[in-house]
Amino acid sequence: MKIELTRQKVHNEFAKKVELISGQNLFACYQCGNCTAGCPVAFAMEVGPHEVIRYTLLGLEEEALGVNTFWLCASCLQCTSRCPKGIDIARVMDALRMVILRKKDRKDHIQISEFQEGFLERVPQIAFISGFRKFLS
Amino acid sequence: MGSIMDYLYFPGCTLYTKAKNLDQTARNCSLLLGFELKELPNWTCCGATFPLATDNIMALLPPSRILARARQEGTTLTTLCAICFNVIKRTNRLIQNDGEKREKINNFIEMNYQGDLRVLHYLEILKQEIGFPQIKERVRKPLAGLKAAAYYGCMLLRPFDEMGFDDKERPTLFEEFLEAMGAEPVDFPYKIECCGSFQSVGSPEVATECGYKILGSAIKNGAEVVVSTCPMCTFNIDHKQSDIKQKYLDFKSIPVLYFTQLLGMAMGLDYQTLGFEQNFVDPLPLLKEKGFI
Amino acid sequence: MKENGKFIKRAMVIGGGIAGISASIDIGNAGYDVVLVEKLPSIGGRMLQLSETFPTLDCAQCTLTPKTVETGQHPHIKLLTYSEVDRVEGKAGNFTVKIRRKAAYVDWEKCTGCGLCQEKCPSKKPSEFDRGMGMGKAIYTLSPQAVPNKPVINPSNCRYFLEKKCRVCEKVCPVGAIDYEQQDRFVEERVGAIITAVGIDLIPKETFGEYGYGTIPDVIDGLAFERLNSASGPTTGAIRRPSDGKVPKEVVFIQCTGSRDPERYMPYCSRVCCMYTAKHARLYKHKVHDGQAYIFYMDIRSTGKGYEEFIQQGMEEEGILYLRGRVSRIFRDDGRVVVWGVDTLTGKKVEISADMVVLATAIIPQGGTKGLAQKLGINTDEYGFFTEAERKLRPVETNVEGIYLAGCAQGPKDIADAVAHANGAASKVQGLFAKH
Repeated sequence: MKIELTRQKVHNEFAKKVELISGQNLFACYQCGNCTAGCPVAFAMEVGPHEVIRYTLLGLEEEALGVNTFWLCASCLQCTSRCPKGIDIARVMDALRMVILRKKDRKDHIQISEFQEGFLERVPQIAFISGFRKFLS
Repeated sequence: MGSIMDYLYFPGCTLYTKAKNLDQTARNCSLLLGFELKELPNWTCCGATFPLATDNIMALLPPSRILARARQEGTTLTTLCAICFNVIKRTNRLIQNDGEKREKINNFIEMNYQGDLRVLHYLEILKQEIGFPQIKERVRKPLAGLKAAAYYGCMLLRPFDEMGFDDKERPTLFEEFLEAMGAEPVDFPYKIECCGSFQSVGSPEVATECGYKILGSAIKNGAEVVVSTCPMCTFNIDHKQSDIKQKYLDFKSIPVLYFTQLLGMAMGLDYQTLGFEQNFVDPLPLLKEKGFI
Repeated sequence: MKENGKFIKRAMVIGGGIAGISASIDIGNAGYDVVLVEKLPSIGGRMLQLSETFPTLDCAQCTLTPKTVETGQHPHIKLLTYSEVDRVEGKAGNFTVKIRRKAAYVDWEKCTGCGLCQEKCPSKKPSEFDRGMGMGKAIYTLSPQAVPNKPVINPSNCRYFLEKKCRVCEKVCPVGAIDYEQQDRFVEERVGAIITAVGIDLIPKETFGEYGYGTIPDVIDGLAFERLNSASGPTTGAIRRPSDGKVPKEVVFIQCTGSRDPERYMPYCSRVCCMYTAKHARLYKHKVHDGQAYIFYMDIRSTGKGYEEFIQQGMEEEGILYLRGRVSRIFRDDGRVVVWGVDTLTGKKVEISADMVVLATAIIPQGGTKGLAQKLGINTDEYGFFTEAERKLRPVETNVEGIYLAGCAQGPKDIADAVAHANGAASKVQGLFAKH
C-alpha cells in the first residue's frame, strides 16, 4: 500500500522500455480514463488500461505485468481513437505483451497443445495467425 | 454502367477456406457490375495484425511484399477481409510516410516500393468507383422489407486518420449500400464495437461476450439479419452463436451474412451459388419467408 | 459629443453582453459618450440565456435586467442593435467605423413594442435563443424585457418571405411598423477608442459523434439546460427532457466536453464548466428531489470566491455524485441514454442508463471574431480569441493604441471575471481620454 518514489524510479527502465517499444509518451497521460470507459473488454479486465499506464509510469513492473489487461486487449483501437492526449494506448498494451514475450525464458501466453480437440478446425486462420502474433513469443 | 476495369485482388488466407462464400460472391458480383477481381499471383499471408510494436519490422514485411508485388501488376489493390484491408492499408501508409522504415523494408524484401498503390476495400470500390445509384439500377430482386444491421466492426474504421473509410464515429456507408439493395438498414449502437477479434483464440469466453452484446443490440433494434465484411467478425458473431447459446439459454439465433451475399442475391444470382451452406446460422428459412428465394 | 481638438472623446463598444454593457455604463458614467454595437436585436448577450448564476444562485435576468435597462436609458449611451461592424479606419482619437444596420423589417421608430405581432405570428420554428429547446416565432424579440423592446423578422422562418403569403404581422400592427421592403443600411460613427467585447459560442454540437450529440435529442449542451431551467424558457423552468417531455430522474453531466482535449478538440480549459455544471446539478436537484445527478469530471477547478464552498455544498447537501473520469461513448438504447464512462478512483468502467445527458461543451470565440480582428488590425490566437498586448501586465490592451478587449472574446471567463475585465477596459479608455 505504499510506493516509495525517487527520481530514478520515476524515470525507470521498465517504463522507458515500454515507451520505446510503443513509441508513446506515458507522461502525456492525464489519467482521464477515457480508454477504460470505451474499452469493449473492460468487463473482464482486472484493471483498466489507464491504471496499467499508471503502474508502468511509477515503475511498478510486477503489478503492471501481472494483470490480464493487455492480454485481453483485442487491439480494436477504440481507446486509441478517442484518447484526448493522442496516446496510442493499443500500442502501449502491445508493448507490455512484448516485454513479456521477448524475455529469455520465452513463456508463451497460450499453449497450442492445450487447445481442445476440434478447436483448430473450427476457428478461421485469420484468428489463429493474429492470436499467435499476439500471444506467442 | 461505368467503364469495365480490373482491380488487383488480395483474397487472404481465410477467403480460401472458411470464408469462400465471401470470396466467391464478391467475384461473381464484380462480373455482373462490369469489373473483374484480378487475383494477385503468388500471394502470401498479410500477417493478420498490423504490428503495434514500433520496432517490429518483421511483421511489416509480408504486407509490404504483397504491396510491392501488386504494384508491379497495377495501381489499385482491393481486399474483402477487413483485417487484411487494415494491415495492408496501414502498411501502405507507413511506407508512404516513413522514409526510414521504407528503406529498411525495401532492403529486407529486396524490392523497391514507394507506397504509391491505392488500397481500397471492396465496399469502397462499390461506393466510389461504381456508385451505389448505379448498383441500385442493377438490382433485380430488391431485398424489400429485410431489416438488416450493418456491422462495421473496428478494422474498416480505425485508426480514423489512416483508414479514412467514413465518418469516424457515425459511419453510414454500409447502410447506404444496404439501402441500394432495397433493404431496410437497422441502426444499432454496437455497430462499431469490437467482436473480440483474436480473443476467440486467447480468451474465447471474452469474445463470446462481445458477440452476445453486438447481436443482442442488433436484435433489440429490430434486425433480422446482421451483415458483415470480415471473416474474423463473422466467426465471432456467427459461428460463436453456439457458444453464446450455451451461456445465454434464451438467446435467439440471428443469421449473419456477408455483404456480398446480399449483393449477389439482390442482383439476381441463384441463391445456390451464394455459399449459404458456409454460414453457421442458416439464413435460408428467413430468406424464404421474405420471398427472396 | 466631447471633442478636444482632433482627439474624439467618444467610445465604441462592440458587443452588448455583460462585458460590453459594463464597459459602456462605466464610460458613460464618466461623462463620455458611448456607441454600443450589438449584432442581435437586443442587448444582454449570453447572460440573458442563463437561468441562475453561480455561486449565489441569483436569477440571471433579475440581476441583468437593471443593467440592460440602465444601458438603454443612459444619457451617454447610444444603442445600435441588430448591427455589425463593417469597416474600421483611423487611429486612436479618430476612428471612423462603418456599421451595417441589418434590416429588421420593422420600423423601430414607429414600433411601440406592444408585442401583438409576435403573439399572432403563425410561424413556429425551433428557437436559436432557446437552443432548440422550444419554438420561436418568425417575428420576435429575445425576451419580454428586451432592450430595446423592438422585434425583428427572421426572413428564413417567415411565411411571407418564404411563400409570399401571410402578412399577419402587418395586418395586426396597430401603428403600421412592419416594412417587408426594408434593406440593410450603413451608418458611420466617429470615435476615439474602441472596446471589443464580442463574447463566445459553444463548440458545434455536430462535432461529438461519439456522444451522439445532435442525433440523440436527450443529449443537450449547457446553454440548452439553462433554457430548460429558466423561468422565461420554453418549459417555464420545469426540467423536462426534449424527447418526450418526461421529468428525467437520472441525469448525467459531463465536464470538459471538447475542452482539455488537444488531440481532438480544444486544448484549453473553458474555465466556467466546473462551476456551471455544479450549478446545473444543484438546480436540477432543487426541482427534481428524487432525481440523481452524476457529474463526470477530470479535475474540479473552483478558484473563484465562494466557488469551492459551492461545489462542496452540492456534494454534501444535494447528494450529487462526482465521478472522476471521462466519458468515451453515449448511445441510445430503449429510450434511455447509455453513458460509458469511468470512475478512475476505483479504476472501474461505469455504465449509466440515463434519462438525459448535459454536455459542458467547450467555449469557443464567436464565429466572426477573426474577421473583426482583421478589421480592427488586432491579433487573435490560433483558436480565434483576441490577443492581449501582454498576457500578464496588459490584459485589456491590444497591440493597437485605442483598441481594448473586454470579456470572453479574449478568453473564457465567468461573469465576475468578464465584468472585472470590462471595468479594466473602460478605465483604460477613460485614462486615454483624460490624457488628451
